[in-house]
Amino acid sequence: MNKRISNPSTPSCALELDCVSYSANHTDIIKKVSGQFPRGKITALIGPSGAGKTTLLKLCNGLISPVEGEIYIDGKRIEEQSPMSVRRHVGIVLQSSPMVQGTVKDNLALPLQLRGKTLSDEQAIATMDRVGLPSSLLTRDARELSGGQKQKVSIARTLLNQSKILLLDEITASLDPSSLREIEDLIVKLNETEKISIVWITHNLEQANRIGEYFWVMVDGELREVGTKEDIITSEDEDVKRFVRGGLS
Amino acid sequence: MSWMTLSLTLIFVFIPLLLSKTLNLGLERDTIVATLRSTVQLIAVGFVLKFVFDSEHAIFIILMVLLMIVAAVQNARHKGKAIKGITWKLFVTFVAIEVLTQTVLLGLHIVPPTAQYIISLSGMVIGNSMVLAILFLNRFTAEVEAHRDESELILSLGGTPKQSINRQLMKSIQASMIPTIESQKTIGLVQLPGMMSGQIIAGADPVQAVQFQLLVVFLLLATAAMTSVLLGFLSYRSLFTERMQLLKIDLN
Repeated sequence: MNKRISNPSTPSCALELDCVSYSANHTDIIKKVSGQFPRGKITALIGPSGAGKTTLLKLCNGLISPVEGEIYIDGKRIEEQSPMSVRRHVGIVLQSSPMVQGTVKDNLALPLQLRGKTLSDEQAIATMDRVGLPSSLLTRDARELSGGQKQKVSIARTLLNQSKILLLDEITASLDPSSLREIEDLIVKLNETEKISIVWITHNLEQANRIGEYFWVMVDGELREVGTKEDIITSEDEDVKRFVRGGLS
Repeated sequence: MSWMTLSLTLIFVFIPLLLSKTLNLGLERDTIVATLRSTVQLIAVGFVLKFVFDSEHAIFIILMVLLMIVAAVQNARHKGKAIKGITWKLFVTFVAIEVLTQTVLLGLHIVPPTAQYIISLSGMVIGNSMVLAILFLNRFTAEVEAHRDESELILSLGGTPKQSINRQLMKSIQASMIPTIESQKTIGLVQLPGMMSGQIIAGADPVQAVQFQLLVVFLLLATAAMTSVLLGFLSYRSLFTERMQLLKIDLN
């Protein structure tokens, strides 16, 4: 079941997928998905493992292209925009939070460096402050940071591209409860103060419950349910019922 | 050396055969095939070279060099099958290196423009370039696949394909050049190069043999640098789609 909430050109929609399919190695991973991510809201993208959630985010960031269907960013076809501008506009933070060789500052400077610019010390300190990290970490080897710190650096790095849409791929999956809450607070704050549209993949239904304003439920490469929490809880789809049972309240 | 004397050197082939049989290495068949192939190929080349040297005709020299290039491409292309259009990329690389080195050697009258010099030096240049290309392609494709997450991170932040694999490209160029540089550091100390030894055995003046060997050393250093750099810059774009997406690399 694929649902639409409004016209792609309306300002309420940050991203829209129209009958998008993706396959690799003769396996269908995304099957004719149509739907929208509302502008300025946090959408929790949930579903069991292997549902195609990460693949969907990579499609939205332009790291891969659909074999069928169209993706619209702010009402414009993704294929009509340069891959570089799409990726800067739609930032993605990956679960593994990969760091390039070097210090935390080197990692923060990466998006600017890719455009031939430099990151000033003042900008670096302000960026660390924005994600709640002490500036004393700037000279540390980025690969020695804790999981939570790495995720915050990843988020800060993506934000330096001034992304208007942020795609988060299970960024708290391996964090301890206190780091997890810190990241959640940070994302909610970014969403509220900077009006960044967020799409957050999470396996943790309690987390989805806390942060999600809008929900997508994917099962086996298909978008089975979209809407508010109530829409998901009252879904008629058996797979959705089974998945969310006891998790959303 | 007579053919009869040469046949006595087959004793050196019986040693690996005997060892393989005794230790159950299973290399007897390969050893025999390698011996037969090298004998037939070298004898055939000997007669072809004799013909080309005697004729001194430019067209035969060019054909001979082209044959070497085609054989080198054929051998190296399997290592880069993940890279689209690797055959012509290798061909362009080998031709460019051959043209450049021969232009310097002949243009500056460093060696006389005879088949004897052109073909012998081309063989060394193309052969070395082929080994370098194999080393580079092996390392480059493995590096890109091993650091895929880093490349995808740079792409996801709006980087270009070149920026996303620059580190892997430079590392592979460096790694493929190291054996040539290292072996040349110990030249004359650990090993006497084949060409120099051959000339000395054939009765040439050792100092002149050294001069030629130095020429070859410098030539091979240039070849090493040019092969990896040229092939690297010709190849990296093929690992991406038109939408700047990193393709999956089949390393098998």
